[in-house]
Amino acid sequence: MALNGNLRDFTVTQLLNLVNLASKTGTLVVEGPNERAEVSFRGGKLAYAMIGRENGSLASILHKGKKLSANQYRSIQKRAGHVTDKELGLLLINAGYLSQEDILGALQSNFMGVVRQLFTWVEGFFRFENDKLPEDRINVRLDLENLIIEGSRQLREWEQLQDEIPSLEMALKFADRPGANLKNVNLSVEEWRVVSYITPKNKMSQIAKTTKMDDLEIRRIVYGLIQAGLVEITRPEGAKPKLAQDMFPTQDKQEQKNLVNRLINRISGF
Amino acid sequence: MQTVKMVVTGPFSSGKTQFIGSVSEIDVVATERKITAEGEKDVKDATTVAMDFGRITVDEDLVLYLFGTPGQKRFDFMWEILSEGMLGFIVMIDSARPETFREARSILETFRAYAPTPYVVAANKQDVDDAWEIEDMRNALRLDSSIKLLPCVATDLKSVKSVLLELLYSILAEMETGG
Repeated sequence: MALNGNLRDFTVTQLLNLVNLASKTGTLVVEGPNERAEVSFRGGKLAYAMIGRENGSLASILHKGKKLSANQYRSIQKRAGHVTDKELGLLLINAGYLSQEDILGALQSNFMGVVRQLFTWVEGFFRFENDKLPEDRINVRLDLENLIIEGSRQLREWEQLQDEIPSLEMALKFADRPGANLKNVNLSVEEWRVVSYITPKNKMSQIAKTTKMDDLEIRRIVYGLIQAGLVEITRPEGAKPKLAQDMFPTQDKQEQKNLVNRLINRISGF
Repeated sequence: MQTVKMVVTGPFSSGKTQFIGSVSEIDVVATERKITAEGEKDVKDATTVAMDFGRITVDEDLVLYLFGTPGQKRFDFMWEILSEGMLGFIVMIDSARPETFREARSILETFRAYAPTPYVVAANKQDVDDAWEIEDMRNALRLDSSIKLLPCVATDLKSVKSVLLELLYSILAEMETGG
């Protein structure tokens, strides 16, 4: 089934969040008004990215990253046009031109640059093609949390933030999903200050007051942490879902259970 | 005569009126008005402006009322009034309209904040080609794995019945744990 839509309704950060949480493998294709981008993921980690008409080959990325001179790049294009990226990478390492770290570093920084460019897109159709990965390209494995946090910091529209976090009277808790690790995320000082107060006992409004942040600031920071899959909104401790007294026409617990069972029996009989 | 109520909420055109209509023994008392906004008119012709109202008679002593909230945000002042004294609530979401997921998250968080009652989320229109997969919706809506996200077709009685039952089981479980 479809995982598609428009960037007007789903930001790139939210899409990365989806891929991250579901540990998806496949390629996100975004058709912008002027350009097209393809970002591939393996197991929820960034594997490859390409934007517009740029040549996403290893040689071109290394040239762009100043790891290959213009002459070297031209010569590779002329003589080694038929070799795959993986073969070219091995040739460069074996010839002592570059190390594996150089190559992976250049690829990672290029792919992150592509995603950063995508953060600025506000319009465009997207679709996720499950299990599709570029076969002839070198893939990296890059955690998405830092990119998500970075993208979320750019969201400053009050209305959207209020939609995302309508009430500051709720608390936060750390996500217990595997792989969510604060240690690997580059948080700002403000973000760390908020993180240090996160417990289901503290409402977001209390954290804002303690850290002297206004409603916009606290929402922006919490939004980034949620998007990165690090925290979740929860009811404040002590306000666990309780059946309020006026929900039932009777205060007797047994009668209340009996009433719910009667409802179940009635609806089961439809 | 004892009465209890449940609330069906969700974004504009998510299927709340249909959901209540599928299971109510009376014709849904719908307060609908013709839509004038161009973008919304493309989706449907009329929308609920105050509330939908359906009824299920359980036995001679007990009646369940189903209230549907207006889907458009400008009527959100009604939400809190409608949610007073509810047994639980259902958040309806159109699985094929990701453009409404943000609003759905907002409605969900709003209801969670002022109504500490059990709830389930119904992923409506799971029978159409463009429907998002349940697990993708769970992530997009930021639903904890403990929250029931149920596939649903609001026009199908069996499907509606199953969503209502799941909510009732959650209410019962909440009572068992001393809520």
